[in-house]
Amino acid sequence: MNKVSVIIKREYLSRVKKRSFIIMTILAPLLMACLVIVMPLVMMSGSTDFKKIAVIQDGTTEFENVITDTKDEDFVYLQGADINYIVKNLDSLGYYGALYISPLSLNEPILYSKKQPGIGLLDHISGALEKEIEKSKLLDYNIQNLDSILKQIRTNVNPVTKIVDQEGKSTETSQGVAMVLAYIGGFLMYMLVFMFGAQVMRGVIEEKTSRVVEVIVSSVKPVQLMMGKIIGIALVGLTQFMIWVLLTMGTVAVLRGTVLKKADITEMTQTITKSVMDQSQSNAQVPAVKTTTQLSPQLAEMSRLLDNAMNLNWPLIIFAFIFYFITGYLLYASVFAAIGSAVDNETETQQFMLPVTIPIILALMVAMGTMQNPDSPLAFWFSIIPLTSPIVMMARIPFIVPAWQIILSMGIMIITFLAFVWMAAKVYRTGILMYGKKTSWKEMWKWLRYSG
Amino acid sequence: MSLFEAQNVTKQFGDFKALDDVSISVPAQCIYGLLGPNGAGKTTLIRIINQITGPDSGNLYLNGKKLTPEDVLAIGYLPEERGLYRKMKVGEQALYFAQLKGLSKAEAMKRLKYWFRKLDIVDWWGKKVEELSKGMQQKVQFITTILHEPKLIIFDEPFTGFDPVNANLIKNEILFLRERGATIIFSTHIMASVEELCDNITLINKGKTILEGSVSEIREKWAGKEYELVFQGDVKLRENGNFTILSQNTEDGKSFIRLNTISGISTNEILHDVIKSGNIISFNPALPSMNEIFIRVVESRN
Repeated sequence: MNKVSVIIKREYLSRVKKRSFIIMTILAPLLMACLVIVMPLVMMSGSTDFKKIAVIQDGTTEFENVITDTKDEDFVYLQGADINYIVKNLDSLGYYGALYISPLSLNEPILYSKKQPGIGLLDHISGALEKEIEKSKLLDYNIQNLDSILKQIRTNVNPVTKIVDQEGKSTETSQGVAMVLAYIGGFLMYMLVFMFGAQVMRGVIEEKTSRVVEVIVSSVKPVQLMMGKIIGIALVGLTQFMIWVLLTMGTVAVLRGTVLKKADITEMTQTITKSVMDQSQSNAQVPAVKTTTQLSPQLAEMSRLLDNAMNLNWPLIIFAFIFYFITGYLLYASVFAAIGSAVDNETETQQFMLPVTIPIILALMVAMGTMQNPDSPLAFWFSIIPLTSPIVMMARIPFIVPAWQIILSMGIMIITFLAFVWMAAKVYRTGILMYGKKTSWKEMWKWLRYSG
Repeated sequence: MSLFEAQNVTKQFGDFKALDDVSISVPAQCIYGLLGPNGAGKTTLIRIINQITGPDSGNLYLNGKKLTPEDVLAIGYLPEERGLYRKMKVGEQALYFAQLKGLSKAEAMKRLKYWFRKLDIVDWWGKKVEELSKGMQQKVQFITTILHEPKLIIFDEPFTGFDPVNANLIKNEILFLRERGATIIFSTHIMASVEELCDNITLINKGKTILEGSVSEIREKWAGKEYELVFQGDVKLRENGNFTILSQNTEDGKSFIRLNTISGISTNEILHDVIKSGNIISFNPALPSMNEIFIRVVESRN
């Protein structure tokens, strides 16, 4: 039997059979599912944290009932109450806070409270007051039927983007879908590469410290051992990932049938499940994150988003994801393997981790920026440079990237990952048999040039 | 004919010359001692034989043919720094190593059963390695080294970690392996076991071969001018111009005397000098122990 496959099998089975792996694999989707279900539940009910806010106007009644009640907050308008008295006795009077509006400083009303109020609350207050103040300023111009005019002119603009191809055919796309997709794609790549890469490193260190490695390399070539480990761990990761997707879907379905009774929540979770299903069907990332925040009145908007998502170039996105995952993982995993081989224990890895982490963090940051401006020179270069391209290019692809850029990026990626695997194998071969020596980058560079 | 041969092997790590023009020739079915102080280059040579690293220059031959990557299947190697996967079960682990050496699972299973029974470790099959004592782990490793019936077996300090009973058990297994046709390279610091086991040796120091040949020849060559005399009864000798006395003592009614002869004096002249002192039981050239030779050779080079 092929030796590499023997190694892959051991690496795979020894990890999959571990108790910690089984526990993590089962628990994580349960937690995820709870999050998917419970988060919106909490967001919708919110009654546990109900707030009463006193509104006190100093010598004016202009803002009476201007700030409307929300799900979580009631606004109580107190005529002529003493602000100081209320502020002193917030708790005993049962108020969360007191809003003080003075005509002298209309632009800066004061909200007294015991705790730091949330951004949502502040937005709500300022939005309501701004509108009222603007209205009263407009009133000064003595326009007739101002209210109805205002109602009439209220508009809500949602730009629709259409991508035109060479034949002039246009397709409706959605910036939102592309952004979410870019975000998920980039982040997933980061997670996978880093998690499994670190596992490779730990595996190499384990073999080195237990001294088992010398026996093995007397039977197989070091590079075979290294590749066997890298591939075995990738398979473990993919297994875990598949189980997570399936279990999360299952748990959501079960919870939907039992725990949730309210009609609107059921409706909402249906959309979520639907999107999760779509996600698994297309084997990529329809904006599940987005859907969780969508509420029932916006279902129409939702389905439009989903339609737009279907208009994206899925075959390309899926191909690119698989390509960049495999090459990116091989590239980083081989660097991790080389680092693991060069040290005697895990604490020594620190000095080597930083230079490896920096490109990944940088890539994530650029990927975030990419969503604002997918064609900026920064985004372009980082999607060509091989250390960052798996993440940045994944973030760019949903926004349509010229074919030559993708080909260039992938070409450089292939060359680089081959070069990295080759170099890592050389360092690895020397490193695994070196003990008790503090290794530096310079030392590793020297190992590169040792003959076979 | 030699089973294994290394010719003019040189290996350099940066500025450090680990091996400098080293040649060894291991006859078939022999136990070949690879000796040398720490850091002499033994492990590097062994790793080159195992093709873990390659030499900078020099040639290696197995059975008269150039060593190829496939030849690792014909070599068994028990490294000095040995280890097993701690969390893996003994049986699984032994199977894994056997498969890496090219055995099919069924064949490996069959042989493992035989060896586990022979070394009396059947009960440990399902245990994790971390539950075993060091000596037990060594036994498992010994088995994994020889399971694929290699033609050439390399043992690097095979007796460390064994109690005397088990060390003897392993020694007998090594002799048994040679009996069955295996050739053994044996690297150690324990010179007593060299005298006991090895047919031939090579002594390496600072990357260079400084002594090689059959153990008996080397000991005779280094015996030089020392002789051991045994007399019946309590006998005391006096030094004369022909010899000096290194030691004499009486035990169980016999006198053991060690002489160092002045150069140019023949054994007959010595015998003539001492023959009247008592009843001679034996007169032999005193062979220095490998330990003495080792220390003397290495020190003279330093």
